[in-house]
Amino acid sequence: MASTIAPRAVLLLEDGTCYYGKAFGKIGTTSGEICFNTGMTGYQEVFTDPSYTGQLLVMNNCYIGNYGVKADEVESDSIKIKGLICKNISHFYSRTLATSSLEQYLLENGLVAIHQVDTRALVIHIRNKGAMNAVISSETDDLSYLQKVLEQTPRMEGLDLASEASTDHAYTLGDPRSGVRIAVIDYGVKRHILQCLVDRGAYLKVFPACVTLQECEDFQPDGYFVSNGPGDPAAMPHVVQLVKQILSTKKPFFGICLGHQLLALANGIPTYKMHHGHRGLNHPVKNLISNRSEITTQNHGFAVDPDALRLSKHMEITHINLNDGSIEGMRMKYQPAFSVQYHPESTPGPHDSRYLFDDFIRQVKMYQNAPVNA
Amino acid sequence: MPKDTSIRSVLIIGSGPIIIGQACEFDYSGSQAARSLREEGIRVILINSNPATIMTDPMMADRVYLLPLTVESLEQILQENEIDAVLPTMGGQTALNLAKEADELGIWEKYGVRLIGVDIKAINKAEDREEFRRFMTEIGVPVAPSRIANSFLEGKEFAQEIGFPLVIRPSYTLGGTGGSFVHSKEELDEALQRGLEASPIHEVLVEKAVLGWKEFELELLRDAADNVVIICTVENMDPMGIHTGDSITVAPAMTLSDTAYQLMRNTAIKMMRSMGNFAGGCNVQFALNPQTEEIIAIEINPRVSRSSALASKATGYPIAKIAAKLAIGYRLDELKNQITGNTSAYFEPALDYVIVKMPRWNFDKFKGADDTLGLQMKSVGEVMAIGRTFPEALQKACQGLENEAIGLGFYSGNTNLKVDQLLEKLKRPTWDRVFRIKDALMLGVSIKTIHQLTYIDPWFLHQIQLIVDMEKKLTHYHLHDIPDELLREAKQLGFSDRQLAILLRCDSEDEVYKKRKKLGITRTYKMVDTCSAEFEARTPYYYSSFDQVNESIPSKRKKVLVLGSGPNRIGQGIEFDYCCTHGLLAIQECGYEAIMINCNPETVSTDFDMADKLYFEPVFWEHLREIIDLEQPEGVIVQLGGQTALKLAKNLHEKGIHIFGTSFNDMDIAEDRGRFSDMLKELGIPYPKYGTAYTAEEAMAVAKQVGYPVLVRPSYVLGGQRMRIVINEEELEKAVVSLLKHLPGNKILIDHFLDRCQEAEIDAIFDGEEFHVMGVMEHIEPAGIHSGDSNAVLPPFNLSPLEVTTMEFYAEKIARALHIQGLINVQFAIKDGVVYVIEANPRASRTTPFIAKAYQVPYLNIATKIILGTHKLKDFKIEKKLNGYAIKEPVFSFNKFPGVNRELGPEMKSTGEAIRFIKDLRDPYFRKLYKERSMLLSK
Repeated sequence: MASTIAPRAVLLLEDGTCYYGKAFGKIGTTSGEICFNTGMTGYQEVFTDPSYTGQLLVMNNCYIGNYGVKADEVESDSIKIKGLICKNISHFYSRTLATSSLEQYLLENGLVAIHQVDTRALVIHIRNKGAMNAVISSETDDLSYLQKVLEQTPRMEGLDLASEASTDHAYTLGDPRSGVRIAVIDYGVKRHILQCLVDRGAYLKVFPACVTLQECEDFQPDGYFVSNGPGDPAAMPHVVQLVKQILSTKKPFFGICLGHQLLALANGIPTYKMHHGHRGLNHPVKNLISNRSEITTQNHGFAVDPDALRLSKHMEITHINLNDGSIEGMRMKYQPAFSVQYHPESTPGPHDSRYLFDDFIRQVKMYQNAPVNA
Repeated sequence: MPKDTSIRSVLIIGSGPIIIGQACEFDYSGSQAARSLREEGIRVILINSNPATIMTDPMMADRVYLLPLTVESLEQILQENEIDAVLPTMGGQTALNLAKEADELGIWEKYGVRLIGVDIKAINKAEDREEFRRFMTEIGVPVAPSRIANSFLEGKEFAQEIGFPLVIRPSYTLGGTGGSFVHSKEELDEALQRGLEASPIHEVLVEKAVLGWKEFELELLRDAADNVVIICTVENMDPMGIHTGDSITVAPAMTLSDTAYQLMRNTAIKMMRSMGNFAGGCNVQFALNPQTEEIIAIEINPRVSRSSALASKATGYPIAKIAAKLAIGYRLDELKNQITGNTSAYFEPALDYVIVKMPRWNFDKFKGADDTLGLQMKSVGEVMAIGRTFPEALQKACQGLENEAIGLGFYSGNTNLKVDQLLEKLKRPTWDRVFRIKDALMLGVSIKTIHQLTYIDPWFLHQIQLIVDMEKKLTHYHLHDIPDELLREAKQLGFSDRQLAILLRCDSEDEVYKKRKKLGITRTYKMVDTCSAEFEARTPYYYSSFDQVNESIPSKRKKVLVLGSGPNRIGQGIEFDYCCTHGLLAIQECGYEAIMINCNPETVSTDFDMADKLYFEPVFWEHLREIIDLEQPEGVIVQLGGQTALKLAKNLHEKGIHIFGTSFNDMDIAEDRGRFSDMLKELGIPYPKYGTAYTAEEAMAVAKQVGYPVLVRPSYVLGGQRMRIVINEEELEKAVVSLLKHLPGNKILIDHFLDRCQEAEIDAIFDGEEFHVMGVMEHIEPAGIHSGDSNAVLPPFNLSPLEVTTMEFYAEKIARALHIQGLINVQFAIKDGVVYVIEANPRASRTTPFIAKAYQVPYLNIATKIILGTHKLKDFKIEKKLNGYAIKEPVFSFNKFPGVNRELGPEMKSTGEAIRFIKDLRDPYFRKLYKERSMLLSK
């Protein structure tokens, strides 16, 4: 709890709902689509997850910042959320291994935050009304001005944010002598996804969003990985085109989150914007192939159309969400390509699903031994 | 795997009488399991010797056996019933041990009974420390380094090898007896000697003490398909070195990064999976080195535990209920989350509030006991508090304790210790450490110093500092000039109106209440929904906070509020949970909405599906008042929640809130010694001569008048607290001086003590017209032993019919004079054929559940309907069923307090009770009891 001297801050939602709280982090104004995350650990990893690009994030957990920040517990080089809304942000932190306080970290990253908001009421509002744009300001409470800011904030639907979140140049990771070469198409890839692949002995080349198939093939990859990322998959026809080309190589393919949605679009299965998405560390997913279940990390506002997927001749469902039955994973029937909507690298979150990386590497090795005929 | 249809009947083993370390949490788990299995159409048979439990109520199971927890009892049950499986994981260590014993004797095999929810091999691995250590090493999980030593020399050698600080744990002793911490070489010899001597096989475990490491607990559920979820992670604010049952604990974990947490989660899952094959609940404890974040496993409990009960209430996730379903074959992904109704039971709850659990101790009952907290659990109960900030939850927990604290501070009495005294005190953990930390911070001691003395994580100390800063800031203002925003912040930090009234120097909490209400600083209620609002939940389980939006929308129905009895303690425990649970059901049967208020997580009455609405709040006037403001109930029932609930009657009365049943004024007559005696005099009922005094001098004058021996006690006490029997002036003076030292300014009651008299009590119901005696219980021991500590027999075995009739006659006279509507308990002393009335309690008593069980009459249901006024006694057909006698046996937890005098006296010391049915007075058990009736008497 902050002292009384902290300046007031305001959160205005698109539907006119207004919440007041205290300023935290940078003093300023910021806007974007509002969403909430129910996770109780790993705030730093969440804030730096590129899939959150352009979003104002509500943390449901009632304390954030208690254990400060640690330089290496990040999913990218900087904070990617556009604004932060909390119940309590702790000024004081306690962790021997921490490198700085969250407050310092937010200031360095120029993030505008508001706390001492009734986040539970806010979450219920979002749950009922659905995702919408919002604006946070700690420099003005002139609502008509903030209304104007809101009007200028673009909608998430139709927004291609992935190209922005991508790397601007290609780079390699891992041991170049490795026998497993993976081309990673980066639309805002989380660091630990790359780490999970490297840990399994893969040599990676990470390509920017605008890459061509030929450029990828020049790397002579044994498999393709298409990453997570922000924004609306349906707004990236050029990327869908690239995925189609990748699939035509018949090389093993693994997609996560946005990568999953792109695999669907490349197979003619549409995606849709969800009411308020899935964001947290406790989403139950059932693996229909093994009949085992896993607790997963999720962060998505768009999803694959289940009806169209069920009708598809060359795709099948592999994972479903036990809460709402939504599609969590699928694979192509006649070639080694699969994808999941959730985050098996799970930083933050439970490590139940990391077997998917093993599966992918296994497929790559199988392919190396007996490539599917092109 | 869906439900195993070959299981049609299940035997659930209870945990027996309440002892320290194994208490009401197993009534909660047993009850949930029974209900859960019956939902599946399974016939449930229960065994438990504890009559005060709700699980042994006829409504809970198809057949209930109130029998001693022995193999013989099991055989009897197996002979009388067709039983397919036994579920022994719901009754703590007692049930597991019994199941193991029966297993070794081949009983289960003989009757073709399957053990479900448990793997005997897993229990052995978990229990035997050496076995546990070996097993952990085998699966690559780090544990504290340790060695088994069989001689003094060996012990010294290993101690040198392991290094200080270390723990000496004697083998094969119960509950940590003889174990101790050794901080330096100087302490080693003595500790080692003591440990070796305590062990029957002259063996100790010398273990590295990870003092100062942080302590965490994970609650797991696993199904037969090996799916595992973590239901709750609990952080112990008190670090390693203090038993988790004696620690202040917090959920969710406050100072745990995701990397550290996932390491714990992975390790816990690995431990549970490699432990053995069982579907159900499991608890794993870890220590974390704050410097390096390495972890070691401390222990694993492959069963539902005290922590599971807490985790259930903390998250809303009904662990025992689901564990029971997993035991009969269900998979987690096949079950629904019962809180939301439409999402999966296979998930990990997310919390958007802070839980603080605080233990409740009763050291005042165990004179001479070492009150240092350590390896051995010593608390008798606990409270849980929920808030939206940590300070709020912490202060609410204090308000729920019912030990004079009105927040994190006592604000009265002689706690003004100097800095060096405080620092000295903080070194040794005792029950009041958190309060002393606050005192030290008030005096300006730094967080760093306190951390070095206590190892408590600085984050928690910093939160207490916020309370301290606020308290200091508040004293600059008066109620009339305090800025609105500051008042709001104080409330958000959990300050009670009573605290504020003291700090702002105004006359009463009422003024604070009125002012803040006018400013709109009012409690909002939030739901506990397992999912931090991600999904809509239907479960009406609420807590209060000073936030913006209120979620608890009162219905249009007529409502009745039931007050619970707060944390368990000696003299007031599980029996009132039994009463409240029945009360809630009876209220619902009468067409009202039943609303429950309590803060005790070890209760069935606070299960999310018991009341129509549950407020998990301290049973503290301010909290009650605000709920009443919101709900506008028809009235409140105070007769079912023991003395705690009864004490609030005055406040309710003053505010014009309807109390169902007996009026406040009449209850007050019963409670006020002077008014009560006047009434008895008027009614012509004999009572021991008595008088009141404020000083030793006055006391001596009174004693002379009433005649020695005399019973000396403070007025308004529970369970005979600080009661003494004295035989002469010298002793009297000593007793009075000691009393006044502990309770300055208190009124002292002095009664003539009827030496060697017989004691008996009556529990009855009166509806204004008809008087019904539920039961007459005669104590086996003569007067001088507290009624809660004596063996008692239902019905009387030795009293003459005339004496019994006289007692009944007096009880009815008192009930009529007090205009009782509902329950009354009257205590008698009988000497030389004269029946004296000792006291009357206008509420459910400790013995009410016992009588209901023994006679198999739903007395609490009947009583509640009479309290409500919807029914009269004539509406019920009461048929008492009891062949022979039922004996109530007290059960003690003295072995937790080595060196404490075990003699019994007027102060209650037992923690639990058992029921035993005998056919007739020739019963050898009874004869032995009767023969030895005077043996434990102190005077």
